[in-house]
Amino acid sequence: MSKHMQSLPPIERHNPAFSFSRVSAMVLRYWYLLKGSWPRILELGYWPSMNLVMWGFLQTFLAQTTDVFAMAGGVLVGSVLLWELMFRGQLGFTISFFEEMWSRNFGHLMVSPLRPVEFVAALVGMSIIRTIIGMAPALVIAVWFFGFNLFELGIALVAFFANLVVFGWAIALVVTGIILRNGMGAESLAWAVPFIFVPLCGIYYPVSVMPGWLEAIALCLPPTYVFEGMRSILFDQVIDWQRLVFAAVLNAGFFAGGYIIFMAFLRSAKERGMLLSIGE
Amino acid sequence: MSPHGTSETATPALEVVDLAKTYGTVTAVDGISFSVARGSTMALLGGNGAGKTTTIAMVLGLVTPTRGTLRGLGFDLLRDRRQANALMNFESPYVDMPMRLTVRENLTVYARLYGLNHVRDRVLAIADDLALTEFLDRPSGKLSAGQKTRVGLAKALINEPELLLLDEPTASLDPDTADWVRSYFEAYKARTGATILLASHNMGEVERLADNVLMMTQGRIVDRGTPSDLLARYGRSNMEDVFLDVARGTGIRAEETFMEGAPS
Repeated sequence: MSKHMQSLPPIERHNPAFSFSRVSAMVLRYWYLLKGSWPRILELGYWPSMNLVMWGFLQTFLAQTTDVFAMAGGVLVGSVLLWELMFRGQLGFTISFFEEMWSRNFGHLMVSPLRPVEFVAALVGMSIIRTIIGMAPALVIAVWFFGFNLFELGIALVAFFANLVVFGWAIALVVTGIILRNGMGAESLAWAVPFIFVPLCGIYYPVSVMPGWLEAIALCLPPTYVFEGMRSILFDQVIDWQRLVFAAVLNAGFFAGGYIIFMAFLRSAKERGMLLSIGE
Repeated sequence: MSPHGTSETATPALEVVDLAKTYGTVTAVDGISFSVARGSTMALLGGNGAGKTTTIAMVLGLVTPTRGTLRGLGFDLLRDRRQANALMNFESPYVDMPMRLTVRENLTVYARLYGLNHVRDRVLAIADDLALTEFLDRPSGKLSAGQKTRVGLAKALINEPELLLLDEPTASLDPDTADWVRSYFEAYKARTGATILLASHNMGEVERLADNVLMMTQGRIVDRGTPSDLLARYGRSNMEDVFLDVARGTGIRAEETFMEGAPS
């Protein structure tokens, strides 16, 4: 044993039921990875920015030729930015989870004192960090190139942000659960599943244009109220708080459901021995 | 008192009763029972597919048993493993550490996950102990196999586990490095009084490290005893020949009642 080891004080073990220290250890793990890889940081901002530039110019063109877009400048740009918030929130969670699968480190984590709820909390924390880093360039481009400042939505933006990222995490919990149980062959679901909600949530159009039965489904999804709310502010300068609160209640249910499904898939993965072959 | 402040009792460090795991029609582990006394080393010995890794994975909580009970360090590992996990750890060359993180970053993350105090000093100390100081700021993925094994070992020992599980810890190491790793296990056990459960194909390793051996074939324990007991029973001079006798069913077989009896 080295002298260094001999000089150490005895180990004190802190093992509370929920440990912010363990959560922060995991966030630190992902932060180490991110800060050491410029391609990862670049990619975070690349896709939202490219998406925004494309839709932004379309918005500019339509505003010159169509009354409705001239009336509510930024409606398309706003839709893109809010959609990207939800998508990046979801990806921020799942990509951090994938890092464990790709590095085949998940086994080490699952035999440590880290609890699943702490792991999920760390993925949520990292999702917020990744979303902020990824969205920052797009937000700046929106102001500079297209004169749309998302922060002009005011206090409603906080409610929009919360509703969108929480729904993104609910999707991410289900997707990561499926991958735990079925292996990385299901990896592409992380990119595919969120797009189910693009037509359903009325991102680029009011849900009133949908057939009745589809509109009923749309109204069960929290993001619908965010995109409707954004259009309501831009067209009528009205914020329907009651509907946003309803969306938050729905979101609480979706997140809780997502967590229950994630835990069920984790249990199933342990029963099927999938954690032994994870990453393959 | 143990080095970790827990009460030293006659309770085994690990007690496994009628443990089984089936996947559909395939039986990976078939109702095995054994116990590991505190401060001893138990080796699981068997060929590929014998059920060694599945057994260790069930003890670690990575695989849920189909039936049986598991008690580790006084905790029911199937109902409440959170406290036990803080006192256990494992090392396997088949489970990687994040390759892009440096050795220091990896060890820091795990020291914090295990809720340790003096994280920075503890990382420096374990790195010093395992001759990793000069590699601390190198990405784990850019190390040689021997260096990676030492990093895995540093992670496995950073919380000074009372129960250490090792799955073929010296696989793919050259003889010199493997010998160094075995010496380290011996020193660690002597210093801390830790209990070790070891799965290995390496007969020399088993003879050197194990106080007791479980011979496994097709998910069952087919014989057990100290290395010297087994050598005497099979009339062999080394564990490799004992292993071949058991694997091929050519040696003197122990009584059925002994083979599947109560925990030793």
